[in-house]
Amino acid sequence: MIDALAGVLLIPAAAAALLALLPGYRMTARLNVVATLLTLLTAASLFVVAPTSGSYLLVDDLNKVFIVLTTFVGFTTSVFSASYIGHEMESGRLTPTFARFYHAMYQTLMFAMNLALVANNIGLMWVAIELATLTTVLMVGIYRTHEALEAAWKYFILGSVGIALALFGTILVYMAARPVIGEGVAAMVWTVLITKAARFDPALLNVAFVFLLLGYGTKVGLAPLHAWLPDAHAEGPTPISAVLSGLLLNVALYALLRFKMLLALNPGAIAPGPLMVTMGLISCVFAAFMLYRRRDIKRMFAYSSIEHMGIIVFAFGMGGALANFAGLLHMTMHSLTKSAIFFAVGHIAQVKGTQKIADIGGLTVSNPVLGWGLVLGVVAIAGLPPLGIFTSEFLVISSTFAREPWLAVILVFGILVALGGLFLRLGTIAFGAPRGPTAKADASYVPMFAHLAIVFTAGIYMPPALVAGFQNVAKLLG
Amino acid sequence: MLRGNLSFDVAHLLAGSLVLVSFMQLYQDRLYALLNIFALHALVLAASVAWQAFIQDAPHLYLTATIALVFKAIVIPAALHRIIVRLGIHREIETVVGVGPAMLLGMGLVALSMVVMLRVTADADPLAREDLAFALSVVLLGLLMMVTRRNAVSQVIGFMSLENGLVLAATGAKGMPLVVEISVAFSVLIAFIVIGIFLFRIRERFDTVDVQALDRFRGERQ
Repeated sequence: MIDALAGVLLIPAAAAALLALLPGYRMTARLNVVATLLTLLTAASLFVVAPTSGSYLLVDDLNKVFIVLTTFVGFTTSVFSASYIGHEMESGRLTPTFARFYHAMYQTLMFAMNLALVANNIGLMWVAIELATLTTVLMVGIYRTHEALEAAWKYFILGSVGIALALFGTILVYMAARPVIGEGVAAMVWTVLITKAARFDPALLNVAFVFLLLGYGTKVGLAPLHAWLPDAHAEGPTPISAVLSGLLLNVALYALLRFKMLLALNPGAIAPGPLMVTMGLISCVFAAFMLYRRRDIKRMFAYSSIEHMGIIVFAFGMGGALANFAGLLHMTMHSLTKSAIFFAVGHIAQVKGTQKIADIGGLTVSNPVLGWGLVLGVVAIAGLPPLGIFTSEFLVISSTFAREPWLAVILVFGILVALGGLFLRLGTIAFGAPRGPTAKADASYVPMFAHLAIVFTAGIYMPPALVAGFQNVAKLLG
Repeated sequence: MLRGNLSFDVAHLLAGSLVLVSFMQLYQDRLYALLNIFALHALVLAASVAWQAFIQDAPHLYLTATIALVFKAIVIPAALHRIIVRLGIHREIETVVGVGPAMLLGMGLVALSMVVMLRVTADADPLAREDLAFALSVVLLGLLMMVTRRNAVSQVIGFMSLENGLVLAATGAKGMPLVVEISVAFSVLIAFIVIGIFLFRIRERFDTVDVQALDRFRGERQ
């Protein structure tokens, strides 16, 4: 039986196989776009007809949001990627073989992320996240430079350790579930676990969550487990930086949220919230300070991703309908804004031939569209009104002030420090006299401005249906 | 009841041996010796998994045991052996922390995992809980090895012994599904790592792993 649920998995899988076989980057880049568009349409249809969930795959209100966000950003990134890779081919940084490999890997990554999101089995979810890690490792190292390989190696080792700890946590969850549910597949099926979670052994669940938090937290990029993230973002192709920041971090977060829901249902288990709040706050404040000393433009925005993942994890850690709503909104807005920024940064780095901030200057003069696009993106990511991130950050902070004023103060401090860091660098990048080559960018601006338009609109007006949907999911998260 | 006791004792013995071999890895300062000890580690794991397959009457676990035996005890050590020879690093000695402190740290980690696991699994059946405590010890010792070594090859061996601990935990959790799939997934991961080291180390020798650059290099010599 082929329904939309199978579709979001089969389309990328088939496309990956096809793209691995086809030569010629122009056609394959277009095919890549077509495949991601089809996946997006299939994913959107999940809202119309809900397929039935089995013991391996499931669709519920929570993962629908994630799937649509993933496939949407996957689609726009593939449009950006087509022009980006075209430029890389012309400048000779990528050979045709690597371009073919890249496109096949892109679809494999889409497959792995969708699989992680729709998996109803915690073992399957783990395998999918491992697959996603492997494909991104391969893509980070694709330029085969000294730095790229070192970044890929670092990402690989740290990612593998994270993945290994997450597996240990998964095994412990199974051990906790087995006495209640019985042996076999049922004790790893999410929909079964959630109904019986209240009777699991709380002590075992506690230890399991610590491992899962450390394991998947590494993949979310939470400090102090974030060391792989800036390197991987800086050295890989920019479309991959956009997908890493915009999507893969979310997928790992999704896994964490699932287990948090499990723990929340068990009266004897520790509250997962404080752990997440602590790690979120540390990440936010730490990354905000790290923004000041960055010399590489992609590295800087990678640290900004750590900061925002910190805010999101903080919001989900606080819990409750309002904070969860804010976290969900912030996650969506961050994905859209950060990928838009990376679209701009990718073209900027191609025009200037460097990622060093010192060699990039006066973009609003030399390349007005690109420059102003970046300015708009940074204004959005820094959380200035009236854009979408302002709304979500405001919600996070105001809901925290009502409950834990001190935590809110620390969070506001982190956000303000980050704002300062971002604008300090933005000044030299975007304004002043142009530095470096000023050739016209051969860019596709549509994805970038489409994302920014959504973020802008969300800051002013959110459709009631969307708000209702998010509120529903926020309630699910508990 | 005799069979019950025997199966428990043998499983206990094998899991305990795995921890012991993990300790042996900690103080190896030659890469060849480390590789041999790792092969032993994988061999003990294979025996332990096969024993679990036998006492749990779970034939699919024999597959996991075979993967451990063929892939991790033979293929990977042989491949790493060749890599070490080709890169000419077989004489390298490196530990960031000395043997004494490393062993003490290792003992501390084992004590920690015993305290944590035995306390939280008080209600579970004794075989599962002791297996889990041993498995966590092996995982932590693997991590310790990864942080006390600088060489990519010994880091990978650390990762693989960590992973052996996970397989021990997964097979000890009676009736856990997907164990075979997970061990296959891990084998793929390890294969990638081994290829990764090769590319990584070539970089240090030729200053690039760009295949074209290597081709040029060869072309010049001919």
